[in-house]
Amino acid sequence: MTASALSAAADGRPAGRRCAVGIALGIFVLLALTPLLSQLYGGGYLTTLAMRAMILAIAAISLDLLIGQGGMVSFGHAAFVALGAYAYGIAIDEGVYSIFAILPAAFAAAGLFALVTGAISLRTRGVYFIMITLAFAQMLYFAMGSLSRYGADDGLTLWSSADVAGTGLLKSDTGLFLSILAALVGVWLLVNRIAVSRFGRVLRAARQNPTRVATMGYSVFRYRLTAYVIAALIAALAGVFWGAQANFVSPAIGSWQRSGDLIAIVVLGGMGSRNGALIGALFLVFIEEVLSGITHDWRLIFGPMLVLIALYAHGGLAGWIERLQGPRRSGGG
Amino acid sequence: MTDPVLEIDRLTKSFGALCVTDDVTVTLMPGECHALIGPNGAGKSTLVHQVSGLVRPDRGRILFQGRDVTALSQHARAQAGLGRSFQITSIIPEFTALENVALAAQARAGKSFRFFRDAGRERALNETARACLGQLGLGDRGDLVAGELSHGEKRLLELAIALAGAPKALLLDEPMAGMGRAESATLTQTLLGLKARYPMLLIEHDMEAVFTLADRVSVLVAGAIVATGTPKEIRNNPQARAAYLGEATA
Ligand SMILES: Nc1ncnc2c1ncn2[C@@H]1O[C@H](COP(=O)(O)OP(=O)(O)OP(=O)(O)O)[C@@H](O)[C@H]1O
Ligand SMILES: [Mg+2]
Repeated sequence: MTASALSAAADGRPAGRRCAVGIALGIFVLLALTPLLSQLYGGGYLTTLAMRAMILAIAAISLDLLIGQGGMVSFGHAAFVALGAYAYGIAIDEGVYSIFAILPAAFAAAGLFALVTGAISLRTRGVYFIMITLAFAQMLYFAMGSLSRYGADDGLTLWSSADVAGTGLLKSDTGLFLSILAALVGVWLLVNRIAVSRFGRVLRAARQNPTRVATMGYSVFRYRLTAYVIAALIAALAGVFWGAQANFVSPAIGSWQRSGDLIAIVVLGGMGSRNGALIGALFLVFIEEVLSGITHDWRLIFGPMLVLIALYAHGGLAGWIERLQGPRRSGGG
Repeated sequence: MTDPVLEIDRLTKSFGALCVTDDVTVTLMPGECHALIGPNGAGKSTLVHQVSGLVRPDRGRILFQGRDVTALSQHARAQAGLGRSFQITSIIPEFTALENVALAAQARAGKSFRFFRDAGRERALNETARACLGQLGLGDRGDLVAGELSHGEKRLLELAIALAGAPKALLLDEPMAGMGRAESATLTQTLLGLKARYPMLLIEHDMEAVFTLADRVSVLVAGAIVATGTPKEIRNNPQARAAYLGEATA
């Protein structure tokens, strides 16, 4: 449907696949080195920045499962991140510290919300789908803003961290950093596995030609709804890390601007490609950091950049990088 | 007498004031090729859409293997064994030809809620897909991206997709549309070979194909069936000639 042409080649072909895996590996290694770099300069600053970028990347990768593979342009994906963050925040605030209680709660909240809102949203298509996902996210946004017990609009500051089986894994910066990195690698692997699995194949085909897929005997709705729930669970994981990293949760995490940022990341990075969302998220955080050092109105520069990339970089940043790597590989075959 | 595989029973459908399906009754017997002919805009495609579940009829019933499928969704009818092709080529353009057909085979194999194993490496699916491509002479086209095939190859791919679903009946909406004479003739022979295994409801403008393949022919004019009979009977039927054949075989 919507995101078709851009995601074309990245899926199947072995040569492209190997190249993409190499790029991802490079990125993960670089990320793993940031705490060391951080010690050389900036104190914890670089590590914090990298953690924020990785959390954003986890959320964006899950959104790309919807947009790039499923053709479902959700404009409310930040709501699931917020649900994860609030599950974390509320649990900590109430004195529930075990991550093995917090994670299931976050997954249950996001999964249930996705199941119900997805079942309704997925009856619509195109612009209506964008609108209705936005509407549901807004509902949640205002609902969270009305939680007076948990800080309402101002949000909730957290005074302690979650506990992982008695270890302080999430309490130290390094431990948290490594946990987020591991989650990112895991999510990247998972979503890329899904893309080539039986399930993912149906999902990708339904993006291009839902009628054909239905006449093959697939209930397109069920596949899309399942993808919607999976993406929500991953986004909730990002939300839990968000809470743990910032020690602060507020409705702003689920605001429509955040959902818009996630879409921008996916488009910028390259929809439906193996590394698009990952590269897009890192790029966004990096560029925000650089540009906001130059001017407060950094979005004035970022906006046109996004337009240029959307217009000229076919396949987003990931597509552009892969073309740099293998310009002689003939396209399409 | 044997029971029909497919029974379209007094089907009626209007788009606003335009009645495109007017009390249509058609049966398809086991082993039969039943051709549906008629001028442009007669409502042939819309009839097939209703049988496959793409369009809901206003009234009437559709029985498939004795079971009322009128209320079933498209995918449920496909799972029940109704395969179809589209007049306007309908494929998965970014997939390779092989993947297109393997996807259809996968639907048949069931269990598509699998999230980890690389479906592209599943031998059983790929072998079924290769066999279907081979049947239509596309054996060496499997690795090409479907959207980049020639028009004629896309038409054949469409059929290969339908076959891979191991259908119990085929609805073919102008499989020869846009093909050259030679391609049409080859496809006619291919379909002749498939006829024994798959009962077919065949819409086709190519009269040579129709008279080679069909056991019975129905003529649809302005949404209504005006004549049904053997090809010979239809050739000599004045109503059918006036409505359609006159202009087509002149
Ligand atoms: N969704 C729709 N809404 C309104 N009118 C429609 C719709 N689909 C088809 N029609 C009209 O119904 C009539 C029958 O169309 P249909 O495509 O079934 O004809 P056909 O017999 O298949 O013609 P052809 O030989 O050109 O393929 C046409 O007049 C067409 O314009
Ligand atoms: Mg037609």
